[in-house]
Amino acid sequence: MVVRKKANDWNKPIENFSRLLDSLVFTNGRNAKLRLIGRYLEETPDPARGYALAALTGDLRLPGVKPAAVRALAGGQIEPELFAMSYDYVGDLAETVALIWPDGEYFQPKLTDVVESLLNAKKAAATPTLKYWLDQLDYNGRWALLKLVTGGLRVGVSARLAKMALADAFDASVSDIEEIWYSVSPPYYDLFDWLEGRGKKPDPAVGAGFRPVMLANPLEEALLSELDPKNYLAEWKWDGIRVQAASRNGQRKLFTRTGEDIGNSFPEIVQHLDFDAVIDGELLIRTPKPNESMAVESFSALQKRLGRKTPGPKLIAELPACIRAYDLLFEGDEDLRSLPFIERRKRLEAWARKAPDIIDLSPLVPFSNWRELIEIRSSARAAGIEGLMIKDKFTSYVPGRPKNQWFKWKREPLTVDLVVMYAQRGHGRRSSYYSDFTLGAWKDANTLVPVCKAYSGYTDQELVKLDKWVRENTDKRYGPVRSVTPGLVLEIAFDAAQTSTRHKSGVALRFPRIKRIRWDKPVNEAEALAAVIKYINAS
Amino acid sequence: MSAQHFDWLKLRPEGLYCDPAGVFIDPARPVDRAIITHGHADHARPGHNNVLATQETLSIMKVRYPSDGAHYQSARYGQEFRIGDVSLWFAPAGHVLGSAQIVIEYRGYRAVISGDYKRQPDPTAAPFEPVRCDLFVTEATFALPVFRHPKPESQIDRLLRSISAFPEQPHLLGVYGLGKCQRILSLLRSAGFDEPIYLHGALVELTNLYTAFGNNFGNVQSVQTANKTALSVGLVLAPPSATTDRWSRRFNNPRIAVASGWMQVRARARQRGAEVPLIISDHADWNDLLKTCAETQASKVWITHGREDALAFALSKQGQEATPLRLSGREEESE
Repeated sequence: MVVRKKANDWNKPIENFSRLLDSLVFTNGRNAKLRLIGRYLEETPDPARGYALAALTGDLRLPGVKPAAVRALAGGQIEPELFAMSYDYVGDLAETVALIWPDGEYFQPKLTDVVESLLNAKKAAATPTLKYWLDQLDYNGRWALLKLVTGGLRVGVSARLAKMALADAFDASVSDIEEIWYSVSPPYYDLFDWLEGRGKKPDPAVGAGFRPVMLANPLEEALLSELDPKNYLAEWKWDGIRVQAASRNGQRKLFTRTGEDIGNSFPEIVQHLDFDAVIDGELLIRTPKPNESMAVESFSALQKRLGRKTPGPKLIAELPACIRAYDLLFEGDEDLRSLPFIERRKRLEAWARKAPDIIDLSPLVPFSNWRELIEIRSSARAAGIEGLMIKDKFTSYVPGRPKNQWFKWKREPLTVDLVVMYAQRGHGRRSSYYSDFTLGAWKDANTLVPVCKAYSGYTDQELVKLDKWVRENTDKRYGPVRSVTPGLVLEIAFDAAQTSTRHKSGVALRFPRIKRIRWDKPVNEAEALAAVIKYINAS
Repeated sequence: MSAQHFDWLKLRPEGLYCDPAGVFIDPARPVDRAIITHGHADHARPGHNNVLATQETLSIMKVRYPSDGAHYQSARYGQEFRIGDVSLWFAPAGHVLGSAQIVIEYRGYRAVISGDYKRQPDPTAAPFEPVRCDLFVTEATFALPVFRHPKPESQIDRLLRSISAFPEQPHLLGVYGLGKCQRILSLLRSAGFDEPIYLHGALVELTNLYTAFGNNFGNVQSVQTANKTALSVGLVLAPPSATTDRWSRRFNNPRIAVASGWMQVRARARQRGAEVPLIISDHADWNDLLKTCAETQASKVWITHGREDALAFALSKQGQEATPLRLSGREEESE
């Protein structure tokens, strides 16, 4: 082990938020990102670190400045012809403006001063305030500020990752942080006081805060022989997204499983959360047929709603959302999470009888032994159901993914043999390997069309062989992408096929992964496009 | 001044040609007589009959083309050569070791062909000297207002901070083998970094050449002969393509750094797989291009390669008539 000399001038912390962002943009590994953020939070004083944290989690609401106003500011600095050529070359408005803006006094203003002046600025003063700071900041600072006021940092850090970094840095659990997240606000003095042992844990019970969710592990079938079926309950696995509907003390929230509030996208749900409870369930699109009150649409219908931040009444009428409840975390002030699942289930069933119409109950799937359940699972595809959930009757509701308590057991995947058309190098550990593959099916005897991308499922040894094959069979290079001479077939496992307007082939596969490398199989025996399209109705 | 005062300087398929002297400057194809501004492969090519260049450039060419049969004649900066009625000499360009501008006088008019150049200080290259002239031939590699190269010391600082934050990982730094590599070595030592620095095999010979010309880079070792344990957490310089290709697999979980003027633009830095992008360039940035053209007081500027349109536009605003030459054979990425 080489001991590195610690020279003071370069061993300093990242004292500067824009420098942190700049490092995050270029860092690929998750652990490296956690370390960079954690180090910043540990070594930066209040309130700057609180504002920084809020910027990373998307909770810092600075007054927005429209792109047109930013362009107008740039127009005061540089001829429009030169700005146009620069923008054309760089391709990003905030970055272009940050780059062409002249360097000013260079005294490096403090994050706190910049943020607080903007938070306090009236709407009309936002643009002049922005200009004032652009004149003071260096390039990285200008870039970060422009990103913040024009809508989002996009530095490859999710809100969840930022919270994990916070938890890691202060030896706290991320569940605790998620639980209190909605009862604290920037710059989070009380949160840091608690994390650094100076204050009490902020009280999450006050509002309709997010409660960290309990997650399931994939079931290895071999494990079944070790489990006693009498200790478990089974439910269908629904093909929507996991949500938590919280309605407490007049506040109503609809959270994703990572604590993101998506209430604005589903006003018809929020409007009906007229109860005092916290529900765990699946968000689904219901089939608008009067006689089948709670039949649901496929995931692609839900995708159309998820893409809209503020849906119009027409879209809501066409694709109305509902919640299929499978757990009850709070009823009134009573926290049910420490009760065994079977007790919570009874309370949920009772509660569901008086629940609003947009919530129904996820039914139990009765079974007496594992063989019976295996049978049930094999019929899941025909029934249009994604699989089964198996839950231990006697465990309490634990945040995270505890072992051997909840299992997800997806239906058997479909498989199809496809031809490798393009390969791209991966990132991080895989940056020297052609590891991401675009795969095609035969449109006619001579034409392949892409139907999916796959970049997992192989072993390290197989990756070495795949990489070698790509290099030896390269036809053309397009930057990081190579097209290859058709010559290799991969067996792809996937969960379902969907129509796609984005792909030329008109079809997209869900959850594709490489099941087997078919070194033996001639390419002309790979699947025809027509056969792949038939799978659209098979699920 | 009309263009015909310079009708003795012509653009031919081989490259820029001085008719009354019968010489090409940085020709892209083999010719009888060539003057070479500097040793980068897109300027200095093998296969000419006669080559006139600085001693350093000729030494670089000998390393790169050991079997080149050309007759080499060396020039000192400022030494005057007469070919018929043409008088010419070499002036430092500040780009890499031995890089020169070619000053050519004929019938009372002076043209300066600058090759590639930079204005930032660089202890491994003689500093650029502006030469007053009537016609200035300039590059335009970074001719957009978005390119303003920061002080190289700030970029070295960025690398050292990464090394300090990730001490258990090796750092692979992609550098161009001629000039960039040695400038970085020099900058690292000036910053006080005194660990051994490891070189990819392709960088060793040119670095030795720089040492022979009086540079001292401290403890620099070839990767092939280095101690494996030290190497596994060390700083390694390599050609940019090697840092993300098969060669890099010998390192466990390396951090990838790239030193280039292109690192200014984030999308390009990410495309190159850089986790630690260092904006260090051996070319003039936007402000230095405009400043240099102004300092030469040339009434006409010819632009060889790069982003000609933006530079021509801005030069016309400062009263200089600019013409893009659209020279072929120059490498966009050679930085």
